Amino acid sequence: MFLINCPYCGERDQQEFKAGGEAHIERPKQPTELSDDEWAEYLFMRKNTKGVQFERWNHAHGCRKWFNMVRDTSNDEIKAIYKMGEKPPAQ
Amino acid sequence: MRNKYSVFSLIKNALSYHENWQRAWKDPTPKKEYDAVIVGGGGHGLATAYYLAKKHNMNNIAVVEKGWIGGGNTGRNTTIIRSNYLWDASAGLYDHALKIWEGLSQELNYNVMFSQRGVMNLAHNLQDVRDLKRRTHANRLNGIDAVYLSTEEVKKFCPIINTSPDIRYPVLGGTLQRRAGTARHDAVAWGYARGADAMGVDIIQNCEVKGIKRNGDSVEGIETTKGFIKTKKVGVVAAGHSSVIANMAGLRLPLESKPLQALVSEPVKPIIDTVVMSNAVHAYVSQSDKGELVIGAGTDDYVSYTQKGSHQIVEGTLNAILELYPIFSRMRMLRQWGGIVDICPDASPILSKTSIKGLYFNCGWGTGGFKATPGSGDLFAHTIANDEPHELNAAFNLNRFVSGDLVDEHGAAAVAH
Repeated sequence: MFLINCPYCGERDQQEFKAGGEAHIERPKQPTELSDDEWAEYLFMRKNTKGVQFERWNHAHGCRKWFNMVRDTSNDEIKAIYKMGEKPPAQ
Repeated sequence: MRNKYSVFSLIKNALSYHENWQRAWKDPTPKKEYDAVIVGGGGHGLATAYYLAKKHNMNNIAVVEKGWIGGGNTGRNTTIIRSNYLWDASAGLYDHALKIWEGLSQELNYNVMFSQRGVMNLAHNLQDVRDLKRRTHANRLNGIDAVYLSTEEVKKFCPIINTSPDIRYPVLGGTLQRRAGTARHDAVAWGYARGADAMGVDIIQNCEVKGIKRNGDSVEGIETTKGFIKTKKVGVVAAGHSSVIANMAGLRLPLESKPLQALVSEPVKPIIDTVVMSNAVHAYVSQSDKGELVIGAGTDDYVSYTQKGSHQIVEGTLNAILELYPIFSRMRMLRQWGGIVDICPDASPILSKTSIKGLYFNCGWGTGGFKATPGSGDLFAHTIANDEPHELNAAFNLNRFVSGDLVDEHGAAAVAH
């Protein structure tokens, strides 16, 4: 449990938010040409990093907007928050 | 030579004030090379080592554990054991484990306090009723004992449940597996450790894996905080940290690691003599032999390795417990803790070979691995020793995420684990 600084609403309790998993997984540009292995990689395989992880969050019980977060999963410390479409900060 | 535990050894040691008990397992320094190394000294890892030595004559093996044995999820779960899973593959896997549980204390000469007190699952809406009836039928077709109970029968089996139709989520019925129950989680780790050690397995604690050495597509050994250990076979049983180990070998797994919480109350006199689970309101409760209520809460929805978890998760579970059991309204909670569980997209485990020769993974047990400990160890040992899965864990391979042949317990069975 921690506080999240929503880029649209400001600082709110984490329970207002929904975690959306790993960020920057691009949808395949040519889905029809993907092999089964590539589909598995896109759909299921995750880094599941212990340490600094890039992820998506949704302010589900607030503005309902999606945004990105850089968070250290070993201590839940939030390093950066940036809007969808923005470039991730260098780490 | 390992001394046998018996009433006579108890009396003998009582006379010397319990000061001369033999060590249950040694504290060896790692050898330079082993035939196989198990990464992770929890219940599943120790059981794997035990069955490798016992059934496959692999005695030159080691278990490496970064902390102390049984100090991870083995010592953090709510000790529930059952096998009433919907799909054939899961039913086969979990009932295999349950059958081993039934003779485990005798086999290990270690009292794991296995208690077949029954597990009851409650239905709170019409869909629950349909799902649980379907699951009962599926269980019986697979030879697993299961009965469907009406609201009155639920009340009769566990009188402290509030079966009033006026509560927010009334009890509409339930299922009961009488062979299910609980066991003492620490004793399971200790019993398997003692058994494995007696057959020559080295159990190396405070030894963290730092890297996996590969030669092309084969495993050559592991780098640890106690030096390099050469081995051709590495079985990873690292629960929430499976992805961390996989990354060392350049693999990615379909896992997300999340905190799962549990809590116990102050100890009270016997009040609930079974295990009651309710998936719809997410509350499950049993009572330990010490008298504490053992309560399982849910997972947080974000990836975290903090072993903490959020307060609102516990609050939600306790709200549900209080509505179902008004008698507990003045109970005080004694301790709360979290463990990191590795969850697969289909909520079924992975016991599998990988694309790297000699590297095996036993992971993805998510929120319900304890019940499978003996079966998981047995089948994973088979997989490592023969380099082929046993027919009971063949469905739980990594390739199912490529082929699409998932064992979808999450969606279909609505089973909280």
